[in-house]
Amino acid sequence: MTTYIIRRLLWLLPILLMVNLLTFILFFVVNSPDDMARAQLGNKHVTDAAIAAWKAARGYDLPLLWNSEASGWSMLSQTIFWQKSVQLMLFDFGVSDAGRAIGADLAQRAWPSLWLALPSFVLGLVVNITLALLLVMFRGQWLDKLGLVISVIIMSISGLFFIIGGQYVMAKLWHWFPISGYEPDGDLWRFLLLPIMLGVIAGVGSGVRWYRSILLEEADKDFARTARAKGMSQWQVMRKHVLPNGMLPILTGVVAVLPLLFMGSLIMESFFGIPGLGSYTIDAINSQDFAIVRAMVYLGAVLYVFGLILTDIAYAWADPRVRLGDD
Amino acid sequence: MLVLWSDVVVWLLVLSLVGFGWQLKRDALARERWRLVAQSHSALASSVILLWFVFIALADSIHWRTDDPYRPVVSALDVALTEMATGQEKSYSAPFAIESLWKETRQLDDGSVIRVPVALKHAGMHLNNASEQATDMVQQSLFWLVVGAGLATILIMLLARLRLFKTSDLPWRTAAYTLITLSALSAWLWGMGQSYHVLGTGKVGQDVLYETLKGVRTGMLIGGLTTLLTLPFAISLGIAAGYFKGWVDDAVQYTYTTLNAVPGALLIASAMLLAQLYLAQHAELFASEQERADVRLLLVCLVLGLTGWTGLARLLRAESLKLREMEYVKAAKAFGVSDGKIIGRHLLPNVGHLVLIAVVLDFSGLVLAEAVLSYVGIGVDPTMPSWGNMINLARQELNREPVVWWNLFGAFVGMFTLVLSANLLADRIQQVFNPRAQGRS
Amino acid sequence: MKWWLLLSCIVSLSAHATWNNPYPRGWVHENTLFSAFSAPPKTLDPVRSYSSNEWVFLANIVEPPLQYHYLKRPYQLEPLILTQMPTVHYDATSDTSSYTLHLRDDVVYAPHPAFAGKKRKVTATDLAYAIARMSDRRNGSPILDMMMPLIVGLEAQVATLAKLPKSSEWRDYRQFNPQGVEVVDERTLVIRIKGQYPPFIYWLAMPFFAPIPWEVDAYYAQPGMKAANQSWSWLPVGSGAYYLAENNPNHRMVLQRNPNFHSETYPHEAGSTVPKSLLADAGKPLPFIDRVVFALEKEAVPYWTKFLQGYYDASGVSSEVFDQAIQLNEQGKLSLTAEMRAKNMQLVSSVATSSSYMGFNMRDPVIGQGNDKAKYLRQAISIAIDYEEQIAIFLNGRGVVAQGIIPPGIAGASADCNPITHVGEAGQCQRRSLADAKALMAKAGYADGIDPATGKALVLYYDTVSTGADDKAQLDWMRKQFAKLGIQLVIRSTDYNRFQEKMLAGNAQIFSWGWNADYPDAENFLFLLAGGNAKMDAGGENASNYKNPQFDALYEQIARMEDSSERRALIQQAVAIVREDAPWVFGLHPQSVSLFHGWVNNVYPNLMANNTLKYRRIDVTQREQAQERWNQPVLWPFAVGALLLIGLVGLVWRK
Repeated sequence: MTTYIIRRLLWLLPILLMVNLLTFILFFVVNSPDDMARAQLGNKHVTDAAIAAWKAARGYDLPLLWNSEASGWSMLSQTIFWQKSVQLMLFDFGVSDAGRAIGADLAQRAWPSLWLALPSFVLGLVVNITLALLLVMFRGQWLDKLGLVISVIIMSISGLFFIIGGQYVMAKLWHWFPISGYEPDGDLWRFLLLPIMLGVIAGVGSGVRWYRSILLEEADKDFARTARAKGMSQWQVMRKHVLPNGMLPILTGVVAVLPLLFMGSLIMESFFGIPGLGSYTIDAINSQDFAIVRAMVYLGAVLYVFGLILTDIAYAWADPRVRLGDD
Repeated sequence: MLVLWSDVVVWLLVLSLVGFGWQLKRDALARERWRLVAQSHSALASSVILLWFVFIALADSIHWRTDDPYRPVVSALDVALTEMATGQEKSYSAPFAIESLWKETRQLDDGSVIRVPVALKHAGMHLNNASEQATDMVQQSLFWLVVGAGLATILIMLLARLRLFKTSDLPWRTAAYTLITLSALSAWLWGMGQSYHVLGTGKVGQDVLYETLKGVRTGMLIGGLTTLLTLPFAISLGIAAGYFKGWVDDAVQYTYTTLNAVPGALLIASAMLLAQLYLAQHAELFASEQERADVRLLLVCLVLGLTGWTGLARLLRAESLKLREMEYVKAAKAFGVSDGKIIGRHLLPNVGHLVLIAVVLDFSGLVLAEAVLSYVGIGVDPTMPSWGNMINLARQELNREPVVWWNLFGAFVGMFTLVLSANLLADRIQQVFNPRAQGRS
Repeated sequence: MKWWLLLSCIVSLSAHATWNNPYPRGWVHENTLFSAFSAPPKTLDPVRSYSSNEWVFLANIVEPPLQYHYLKRPYQLEPLILTQMPTVHYDATSDTSSYTLHLRDDVVYAPHPAFAGKKRKVTATDLAYAIARMSDRRNGSPILDMMMPLIVGLEAQVATLAKLPKSSEWRDYRQFNPQGVEVVDERTLVIRIKGQYPPFIYWLAMPFFAPIPWEVDAYYAQPGMKAANQSWSWLPVGSGAYYLAENNPNHRMVLQRNPNFHSETYPHEAGSTVPKSLLADAGKPLPFIDRVVFALEKEAVPYWTKFLQGYYDASGVSSEVFDQAIQLNEQGKLSLTAEMRAKNMQLVSSVATSSSYMGFNMRDPVIGQGNDKAKYLRQAISIAIDYEEQIAIFLNGRGVVAQGIIPPGIAGASADCNPITHVGEAGQCQRRSLADAKALMAKAGYADGIDPATGKALVLYYDTVSTGADDKAQLDWMRKQFAKLGIQLVIRSTDYNRFQEKMLAGNAQIFSWGWNADYPDAENFLFLLAGGNAKMDAGGENASNYKNPQFDALYEQIARMEDSSERRALIQQAVAIVREDAPWVFGLHPQSVSLFHGWVNNVYPNLMANNTLKYRRIDVTQREQAQERWNQPVLWPFAVGALLLIGLVGLVWRK
């Protein structure tokens, strides 16, 4: 097991490298440090000297890939690539173009993201699976059909409408929730309840359909049919056979996305003023702060890779027949 | 005649679809399956609605230049909707209103000043006074509904005469009713749009119904073009990986894992930021803002396509891995048939259904994604009419008193109808073509 | 599941009066002011910060030597941490002026770990330290290039510091005083500047010249501080009425009363136009409020909603909510709507000390300097662009058409009409008719807008930074204005960077720009057209590259003079020259409008001062009552929801 994980890590390392290289090329080749400086410096009294000073303060005055003026090792290390990208690989996120330490900001903002994303995810999972079970139990009957129709309808509505509408009605008109904000100390749930609820509702359409199809597949398998033929009640079949067997695909699906919850929700966070990583990312995109975008890309890639490994482990753990090692 | 780049693409798309249909004529199995698809009431009705959307999008994809400096480029749709397109007010007005929502300062005879709504310039012009409006609307509505329904009925009867509905086991009746409803509705919208702003006007006085209809093309293009752009990558790389295995497989897997590893939104955002920078730096390449917005739209599709092919590629790889172990493939190989021929003869036809399902499933997701991208500011050009842009602007309008809801509503109805029809059709297609999903309703 | 959760929440909620209070429970009952900011500040480092959305915080934290009197108009400086206004002495032999600053004895910094618990007084060395720190390129001061030719020895100092080996280690700037900055004793500082330049005194009221205690500078230079966001940029230290208790630019900023704040009282005097009610607190010690909370609020909907709910004490007025909040009455005067009056709001508005204008590149062969024909063309365009209409359409009437380069409210401004574009008495200027403009076009050789060289409509190019869909309407409008003269306007919109590059290279023909006053003196606007500041030559702020020897001579003279009737006459001459030459279409001066709830007292617009939080007073009980009244939760949906649920369950049960 350990050797497998190490082997897997070694296979995944080049992916992180490639991601890093890709973002470096994307950002530094097209957008010159001069552009970044001017975008950040504002509009009064911007002189060449000021731009040079800005670049120097952030290490953007170095050559991109190869420093011919330096000697020896620093020919490589005294470059933007080394200072920015290689440092990033080592989780040294550096300073944003606006001048804040990215690492400190990430640590601070990860919590609100998690507080929003994790309950949304867990609650969504519970609601979706429960409803899916209900539909499977009443399979082919009017409840199932109604459920499917509602699912398709919800699926066809952009999540933005749920958020805009929910915020408008429940917060603005009915005064049930603070319209936006986040207070870590005390009654956090007052701020999170609305976004969590809306997140669950927006996801319920596709979620129920997805879990319903997984559970149906199990329900159609021979052992479930046999159990039913033996006179087991529908509910017992569900509990004893369908649900446990359906858990494997559900579990592996869950494990793969779990680490990515750290990245936060772009839309939800910025709509409800939650200072998490999602709104951090959006702000960085809007203010063209590429240092933050680069850091977030890398962080996302690391979490994705982590999710891949977790999935493998989950497979092995849940299903002993799977031997780790064959790809 | 001026042709935008996206027009070229649209018509190429149509051509390829027609080609695809031609192909079907010869393939009995596929024909049978499509007949099964069409047997569903909801799928057939959805198809009619989708075709209607396609028709609007196509009408909006024939462009030419004019001498008018305010409308340097117009499309066939613009011409059909001239009244709505040019009937610009100063600012907001409610649906069917004949007075503005904004107020203007008027000086009374006694010197005092009041703020009052003003009469709209392009709504209710034919009315002598406001009290006539209700009667006029009822009369006009009846007239246009009857005209629309009548035209569709005549068309259907003509088609029936031509004995086009040979296959009698299809629910033609449903299709006919859908068509009649659609036609009546369209005629009503168009007719009422001549003398009123059916969905009101927006911030700078643009007709919201017109914006909504213009959004059709953007939505369709993003959904349709992007999915088709992903196909070449997904099919070639997916099959190659599965069929050749070895280092090809490794390379392909490595590529798509890398692409997947970058968070989707960020990859799109980064690519779009760079595309925007490029467009800004090369502003001189484009004669008009519309052309620039057009290129940006294509770039959005390209970027979405570039990031979207991995899922299908993975599916196709797995399927090819299975297929290459099949007896007939092995036999063909033993006989020395070239790899290209094996792929063309045995693999490609057998993964067709997977590709089809992926295309229809992705379509609606992409239409929805456009709204989110525009919200983040990395979607289509802000000057381009699109549902995402409408939603984005509409957010602020909820602050107004009275609330301006019609922009949000227009975008909602447009998106919902398109995505719902696409979803219903996709469901049916998946049911018919995916052997694993058979028997589940 | 969901319903149970909701129900349990409701049970626990019923203990509280309002459900939607967006703060920690206790705060709304305390002497706390609630405000919002829409974009995180980029830096709060006094040496670098140069934008009003940063000075909102910074000016209440650090104290430069001088401040603007809160209520006197026209704007007047007064000592803040000095015992008296600086004494200025001009030495003709060396052609330098020396400013002597006498520090107060009781000014103490807010507590900071670098002071190790001691009460640290502000000294003359700290003031000198700030200037020396500015002279280091490493610190990126935006005004360094402007101060270099002014302060004696600064240029040499910049060169010296630039020669030091590159490092990020702490530099003790006490050793790097420029020659012109002299610490006489603990409480006395002398700054010498070249020549005579009275506006220099205004700079002493900006955070750039706020004292910097070296201990804190050394403290922040320690390893690991920057990575923890412990730096001047994010935790500035000063002697102001407040200190920054919580700095999370991603969420909220909290200012807390500075326990060490020196004695200062609410002013006794006020300008003639200021309502007497504003003097009710005269003589009382400042500040009144204990804590100021700024919440990050990026979206307009929550901002406005929370303001209406009483959770923000002040708000701007966006165009979306303009008609709800404000109505225009006689001659476009703003007043509150009945709805807002019922909420007991206060309206605060004033014409901003800024200009937004359309500039012509004077080096351009078609539209630029050199011959009278181009001048007539510029004048014709100046008439044709109907800024009155633009203000009405795009600004909801919030603005004043500019009659010259100097906005009202600034020493040297006058209200008379620009005879080139307007006719009528001062204060009642009417735009000249289009016929006048067309006559000028004919004089310029472009009768009916036809360019004789091509026989077609004259084509002009307009460069602009535009991104949003909103801009499109404005651009269309602009195109229409030129079309009135038969001119075809080609709009080249680019991003901000490309625009800057074009301006530097002088590739633009017509462009839009604006200027926000640094200080309330005409010189700060006249210099925008001084030949020596031409953007193409010097990278200065003269974006039009306008150069008129007559104007330049007047400018030199004005810059060296103190305010006097003689100086005002010279300013009028300079303005007249510019009006005639029309290097700008003067555009408009925007009017800033904001709303305050009734429980906020002592609110009066002061566009120059940013340290105004200390004058504010709030009535907490009044606020509490209003919040209760405005935020009662609507309960009927619960009943409806419960009924629906019961119905659904019943249906399933019966089947």
